[in-house]
Amino acid sequence: MTIKELREKYLSGETTPEEVIQASFDNIKAKNEEIHAYLHIYEEAVEEANSASKELQTKGGEAAPLAGIPIAIKNNVLIKGKKATGSSKILENYTATYSATIIKKLKAAGAIIIGSTNMDEFAMGSSTENSAFGPSKNPIDTARVPGGSSGGSAAAVAMGSVPVAIGTDTGGSIRQPASYCGLVGFKPTYGAVSRYGLMAMGSSLDQAGPLTNSVADAELVHNTMAGKDSYDMTTIDDDTYPKVEKKEQYKIGVPRDFLSEGVDEDVLEAFEDHLETLREAGHEVVDVSLPLFAKGLAAYYIVMPAEVSSNLARYDGIRYGLSVDGEDLLAVYENTRAEGFGEEVKRRILLGTYVLSSGYYDAYYGKAETVRQMMRIELDKVFDDVDIIATPTTPTPAFKFGEKEDPLSMYRQDIFTVPVNLTGVPAISIPATTVERDGKNLPVGVQYIAPHAGEVRLFDLGKKMHDKA
Amino acid sequence: MTKEEIKHLGRLSRIKLTDDQIDKFNGEIDAVLEYVSQINEIVADSDKEKEVGAVYNVFRADEVTNTPGEYSEDLLREAPCRQGDYVEVKKILNPED
Repeated sequence: MTIKELREKYLSGETTPEEVIQASFDNIKAKNEEIHAYLHIYEEAVEEANSASKELQTKGGEAAPLAGIPIAIKNNVLIKGKKATGSSKILENYTATYSATIIKKLKAAGAIIIGSTNMDEFAMGSSTENSAFGPSKNPIDTARVPGGSSGGSAAAVAMGSVPVAIGTDTGGSIRQPASYCGLVGFKPTYGAVSRYGLMAMGSSLDQAGPLTNSVADAELVHNTMAGKDSYDMTTIDDDTYPKVEKKEQYKIGVPRDFLSEGVDEDVLEAFEDHLETLREAGHEVVDVSLPLFAKGLAAYYIVMPAEVSSNLARYDGIRYGLSVDGEDLLAVYENTRAEGFGEEVKRRILLGTYVLSSGYYDAYYGKAETVRQMMRIELDKVFDDVDIIATPTTPTPAFKFGEKEDPLSMYRQDIFTVPVNLTGVPAISIPATTVERDGKNLPVGVQYIAPHAGEVRLFDLGKKMHDKA
Repeated sequence: MTKEEIKHLGRLSRIKLTDDQIDKFNGEIDAVLEYVSQINEIVADSDKEKEVGAVYNVFRADEVTNTPGEYSEDLLREAPCRQGDYVEVKKILNPED
């Protein structure tokens, strides 16, 4: 099910928003107990479907672009009056007091929010195993994780309950679950989409984006959410970056030295097959060298925890969220955070506190920011020669629950996605093919990366290769 | 890293850690720090590379955009302890000091 197909059916009268929303609820009723994609369901969607129906009847093709389209939202995005938990015990009973800019924009475009999705606690993880409310399962193989941290959003689309779900991506949290669940996942240029109303994790890295069944849908939903916002001073203008044009044929760079280690053999073969398809379609594929990208994961695990430790200082048990009593104020802080945060969140806060502490700052955070700037320069040079860079999205297909107990082995799943966040460029993951594990065919994705503000190229090539448009 | 250092990090982070957690985090954080230390192999040679990104200040007019009390009740409702229109906190000043 794609948004485009639904829109056509609405306009031809073949189906109505009421029927589609009902089908979404039926799907959730049948599948959510096992998959656990959703944390909350919003019954008022039925009434909203009613108004959408009327709008479509009276306005036809002039109706809002997402009129009557059901959508699911990751639970770290604030919707006024709804529980916003970030899948953390510390916010288990927190009700959002305002709506995120992207929520206002999606609603203004007619989208109907049917529920909020599960995630790794505060978006920290690659499997949803870090959710305080239990993991989501991969609808393609329920013995496996859906990926993370936007795993609930990926599962919601993959199980067929919605044509689109919103995720957030700090180091791969949209693209990796999209790859694991056979979907399109899009991470915009840093600043293209407002972060106002998103729970901050790594503020210099976070962006929200769609998980969909087609690239055209991802483009439509991204364009709905994008734009300058006076509530987010890091949002960019149309002229912040040089204009990037789309082309008939693209020159695609492959950082081959970066692919040699830790990638499953058949995932690499699938990627090579995809490159061959690109060549057959008339695109040029060349090798490029990005030696610093291989160090990206190391820089990321300094920058991100540092920002996490600062951002999560706000959860103190005083103004909102969980509060655990203690003998004095300090004890209230320490008890609240001990009980409210899960293990991975604590690990990253401790790590971030360490790398920011006096005497270590220069060696870790200062150095990582320098490396980040060097990565941007290295990438700019490569984009002087090529239009798009391609990598596998992840080194493996979806893994099994409990398989990655050692934190570092979990972190390595993000090796191809984190350099994109560190440099702030946009990237898309599209399904490439499947590989077999234990008799099941599991999807693997390919990632296209474009220069800053080069969204148009990703959507164009993505539509040609995936939507076959 | 020593157990004492992890305990100290817990104090700086305002997270009470159990002895088991201190043991577990000790090994794990060491492993992550060892991994991330590979960035020290990178030599930054030009001044340009030492600059930090495209960071600049963005300002807007400091104008009041809401009516008084518009959000107060919604916000106060989320406070774990309140007294009327105030968030209640533990005493932080000792009258004997």
